[in-house]
Amino acid sequence: MANGEMVMEPDSMPEALLAGIPVGGDRVRRHRLSTRLWHWLNAMTVTIMLMSGLMIFNAHPRLYWGQYGANPDTPWLEIGNAGGHGVLRIGSLALNTGMVLGLTRRPDGSLHATAFPGWMTIPTSYSLSDARMWHLAFALVLVAALLAYLVRSVINGHIRRDLAMRRGEWAPAHLWADIKQHALLRFPTGLAALKYNPLQKIAYGAVLFVMLPLVIATGTALSPGMDARLHWLVDVLGGRQSARSVHFLCAAGLVGFFAVHIAMVLLAGPINEVRSMITGWYVLPKERRAKAPAPGEEIAA
Amino acid sequence: MSGFNNSAILSRRRLLGMGTVGVGGLLLAGCDKINANPALRSILQGADDLHYPLQRGMLGRDTLAREFSPAQMSPVFRTNGNVTADTDAYRAHVADNFARWTLTVDGLVKTPLALPLAALMAMPQRSQITRHDCVEGWSAIGKWQGPQLGGILAMAGLLPAARYAVFHCADNFGTTPYYESIDLIEAFHPQSILAWRMNDQPLSVGHGAPIRLRVERQLGYKQAKYVMRVELRDTLAGLYGGKGGFWEDSTGYQWYAGI
Ligand code: HEM
Repeated sequence: MANGEMVMEPDSMPEALLAGIPVGGDRVRRHRLSTRLWHWLNAMTVTIMLMSGLMIFNAHPRLYWGQYGANPDTPWLEIGNAGGHGVLRIGSLALNTGMVLGLTRRPDGSLHATAFPGWMTIPTSYSLSDARMWHLAFALVLVAALLAYLVRSVINGHIRRDLAMRRGEWAPAHLWADIKQHALLRFPTGLAALKYNPLQKIAYGAVLFVMLPLVIATGTALSPGMDARLHWLVDVLGGRQSARSVHFLCAAGLVGFFAVHIAMVLLAGPINEVRSMITGWYVLPKERRAKAPAPGEEIAA
Repeated sequence: MSGFNNSAILSRRRLLGMGTVGVGGLLLAGCDKINANPALRSILQGADDLHYPLQRGMLGRDTLAREFSPAQMSPVFRTNGNVTADTDAYRAHVADNFARWTLTVDGLVKTPLALPLAALMAMPQRSQITRHDCVEGWSAIGKWQGPQLGGILAMAGLLPAARYAVFHCADNFGTTPYYESIDLIEAFHPQSILAWRMNDQPLSVGHGAPIRLRVERQLGYKQAKYVMRVELRDTLAGLYGGKGGFWEDSTGYQWYAGI
């Protein structure tokens, strides 16, 4: 197991089957109904929150630290345009964003000054009120779905059994082996593919226990009503405009997760993976055939 | 031969490109169609309306909005929306420093009032340094001073049917007058004041002279400027668009602006 991979000799398979242990090629139950329902509801909700959120950002495309921040104050991030192209300003850094951020070309060829272009936003043309209509409605869905899912997953053992890191999985050597396997795009097969690997657990844990709760907390902190009740929340975040900045950074973090997540699903076998998240059933990837062992070399199984 | 192949590839590539743009366009058009669907909009707006009872449940009647120290104030407090009321009547008030201006309090009250600015200045005052949060996302911290709205309403005496306080303003958007409304919990909240002073100066025209409503637990569009009249009503139906405020009627901002 030096390389952290399960290698099974073809000869040992019937034995494994007799023992009721699934092997590569077997159809296994992978995702509970609650996981599948939450996953797709959440994927839709996060998408709507993100796209309507970008439209809300368009109403004031500047971010600040502290309690206050408006046009006379200095933003740490700003999306605008200058010299006929878009500009993303972060601190003293100014990035030319061409016709993607800050400035876009309409189908009729005319230029349109907008932080995020219409194809990224809900709705596609400027409407702060419609964006808020979507954002505030689905914020409730996001919170309710996450709460229900976390409670359910504590009760049915999903968190303890599938998401919590096992003893030893935090060991740097183990993590490093897992990172190398990912980098080589050698995904687990057979029995080892039955469970989430440590990097998967870390990523899903980050989404379920850090990014989504933080995006909800920072969104709540933006509410002047909730600020009256939850001073401490806004204080912890360093003020309302800081909360808005962290809210935006959380959204960016979720986009980052999403990009890697989709890449991994595509690389690991999209049909089998997505089917498992829809039907619950997953076909364990077949074991890679082990190289013939050199004389005297032992094979770990 | 190779030329033929090239153009075939090119056109296939172009087709693919056009296909992508086409599918993208269809998706976007689809999104906009969904966004325009009346049934869906009413479901979403219904969900948005839940924030009102949710926050009312969590907030309590008199929970105070955060107040700040003078050192925490914005160096410059920007204006927004209308920066003057573009009418002859308002210009005349500005010209004589609001000496002949009065605030009307009427509707479902026992004693309708006409209060000159001097009367508002002579009432017990509250001053507070609070954060103004615009629906667009920016915030500015400023100091506001004026009589509590609750005290003025108590002077007039509410009739039992009164449910909402409506603020009629001197400014217009096009030909539509600005107005706003709040429930009575908000109207009698200790921080709800009719501010005639801002940052230790008489309220400027840009910020809503002679008085501006401060409702500190809600967003900027509730902080009506150029308030001329407070009307007590049992319903918001039948008044302008019926949604209780200029932005609520014209673009669909939520009436309860606690988030
Ligand atoms: C349409 C795009 C998406 C696809 C195709 C997709 C696909 C999948 C698949 C196949 C799995 C199971 C992986 C496995 O069995 O090893 C999974 C799990 C997961 N996905 Fe996604 N996903 C999508 C969007 C998202 C989004 C937007 C989020 C959150 C922001 C998300 C968060 C998660 C989480 C947290 C898990 C683990 C769930 C658990 O076991 O509790 N996914 N996804």
